[in-house]
Amino acid sequence: MRSVAEYAIETENLEKSYGEVRALCGVDLRVAAGTVLGLLGPNGAGKTTAVRILTTLLPPDGGTARVTGLDVVENAAEVRANIGLAGQYAAVDENLTGAENLEMVGRLYHRPRPWARERADELLDRFDLADAADRLVKTYSGGMRRRLDLAAALVIRPPVVFLDEPTTGLDPRSRIALWESIERRRAAGTTVLLTTQYLDEADRLADRIVVIDHGTVIAEGTSDELKRRVGGERIEVTLADGSQAETAISTLAALACDKPSREDGLVSVPVTERRGAIAKAVRRLDQAGVRVDDISIRIPTLDDVFLTLTGKPPEPEVPEDGEAPPDEQREAVQRETEGAVR
Amino acid sequence: MSGLGDTATDTLVLAERSLKRIQRQPDLLTAFTVQPIMFVLLFVYVFGGAIEVPAQFGDYTDFLMPGIIVQAICFGGFTTALGLAEDMQRGLIDRFRSLPMSRIAVLTGRTIADIGTNALQLVVMIVVGLIVGFAFSSPPLEVVAGIGLMLLIGYAFSWVFAYIGLNVSSPESANAFGFMIIFPLTFLSSAFVPPDTFPAALETFAEDINPFSTMVDAARALFINTPAGNDIWASVLWCIGLIAVFGYLSVRRYKRAVAS
Repeated sequence: MRSVAEYAIETENLEKSYGEVRALCGVDLRVAAGTVLGLLGPNGAGKTTAVRILTTLLPPDGGTARVTGLDVVENAAEVRANIGLAGQYAAVDENLTGAENLEMVGRLYHRPRPWARERADELLDRFDLADAADRLVKTYSGGMRRRLDLAAALVIRPPVVFLDEPTTGLDPRSRIALWESIERRRAAGTTVLLTTQYLDEADRLADRIVVIDHGTVIAEGTSDELKRRVGGERIEVTLADGSQAETAISTLAALACDKPSREDGLVSVPVTERRGAIAKAVRRLDQAGVRVDDISIRIPTLDDVFLTLTGKPPEPEVPEDGEAPPDEQREAVQRETEGAVR
Repeated sequence: MSGLGDTATDTLVLAERSLKRIQRQPDLLTAFTVQPIMFVLLFVYVFGGAIEVPAQFGDYTDFLMPGIIVQAICFGGFTTALGLAEDMQRGLIDRFRSLPMSRIAVLTGRTIADIGTNALQLVVMIVVGLIVGFAFSSPPLEVVAGIGLMLLIGYAFSWVFAYIGLNVSSPESANAFGFMIIFPLTFLSSAFVPPDTFPAALETFAEDINPFSTMVDAARALFINTPAGNDIWASVLWCIGLIAVFGYLSVRRYKRAVAS
C-alpha cells in the first residue's frame, strides 16, 4: 500500500510565512528510517513551524514534505495514521486520569476499546506512571505530564515520532528518564525528529543534527562533524610560570596538528588524537622542566558550534523547577505567533 | 478520509470525555444550575410583584418560567466554549488535529455532551418552577414537544459557544464573551417583562427582531398554552440557522486553529 520511502521524513524547499515574517525559507530535511534527527536552533528559528507542517497541522506555503513517503498535504489523513506527536507543552486532558487519556488517544486512532485499554496500561507501566494511572492528570507533576504526553505520542507505535522540545522545563531526573525512553524507541526502529534548544540533548540522542536559524538550514551533520567544523580538540595547559610559555609550545609542537596559541599563562595546542595526549604532554613538559598548574583536554561542545554558526550563544535555559515554565513559554510563543499573524 | 462511522465513534469518545469532566467538576454544573435558580427566586419574589403581565398568563410565575428556562438553556452550551478554549490553551487541539480522527468530532463531541448537561439542567429548572408555583397548562404532548424544543435551542447555542470558545484566548474570556453577548439579548426580550412596557425602539427590537423573544414565546405556547402564532416554527428555523452558520464557522475555524 505504502510506497517504499528512502527516507522516513523528507522535505524539499519547504517554505512558510506568517504575514511578513518568513518562518521557513526553503528547508531541506532528510531523515533515514530508524534514526534520530536533532533539529536545533534558537527560539523563532522555525523548528516548531517545521514540526507543525510535518504533522499536518499547518499547510506549507511552498515546497513539499513527505512522511513515510506520504505527502503531508495530499495524504494528510494517512500521514496522521503513521505519526505520533508530543509538543512543547503536555497536551493531555487534566480532567481525565492518565489511563483514560491514553485510552482516549488509542480510540481516536480507531483502535478497539480493549486494545486501547491494554496498550494504555502497558505504556503507563513503561513510563513509570502505573501508580498514578487512575489519578486525575491535574494532580500530576510537570515531569509526569510530559511522560504521559510522550506516551500518548507512542500509543500506536507509530513509525515516525515528532518531539517538539520534549524536555523544556523538565527537572534533570525527568529529562534523563525521557531521554531513555526516546533511546528505546530508536532501538525499536522508530524514526524520531526531535527539536531542542538543549545542545547536550541533541548530542546524546541525535544521529544527525540540523541547525536552523531564521528559517534556513545553516549546518548539518553528525555531532562530531559539527564539532570538527569549529576546530577539533585541544590540550590546554595552564602554566605556573607564564614566562615558560615559549618552552611549553616548542615542547608540545610534536603533538600539535595545527599552530598552538598562547594567552598569558595559558597554552592551547590543537591535537588530532586525544587518546594518550595528556599523558604524553605531561611527560614532555616534565622533562623540559616546565611547571604546570593545570592541564586539560578541551572538547568543543555544541554550544561552540552554535556560537560559531549563528554568531550568538544558545538561548538561556529556562528555570528548571518543572512546573511553571511550560505555560509561561506557551504564552510567549502564543504572543509571538499572534503578532506574526496580524 | 474518515467516514461517517468514524465520525460517530470519535464523537462518542469525545462526548464521553466531556461528560466525565462534568461528573468530576460538579461545581461547574452547580454554578450553572444555581444561577438560574437565583434568577427564578429574584424575579418571582423580588421583582415579580411589581411587574404586571397580560391577563392570559395567569400570574407572573407562569409568565416568567418559560423565559428563564430558555435563558438557562442558552447558557448551557457554555461548557463547550470553556472546554474548547481550554483545549486550545493547553495544546490538546494540536494533538487531536495530528490524530487520524474525524475533524469535526472535537466539536460534535462537545456539543453532543452539552445535550446531556442541558437535559439535567432542564429537570432542575422544571422542578424549581413547580416548587415556586408554576403549572403546565398545555396538553402533555405539547409539553414534551416544548422540552424537545428547549434541547434543540440548547444545542443550537452550543454551536454559538463553540465558535466563541475557538476564538477567545482563554477560558476566562470565553466566560466574559458569553455573558456580554447573550445576557443583554435575554433581557431585551419578552423573557422577563412584557416588551410593550419598553421604549418604542426597544419594543420593536424585542418583539420583531430578537430571536430570544421568539423562542420564549414558543416555550410559553408549548408549556402554558398561549397562542403560538409562528413562534414555534420560527424558533426551529432559528435553531437550524444557528447550527448551520455557527457549525460552518466553527469547523472552518477549527481547521485553521493552530492552538494559538
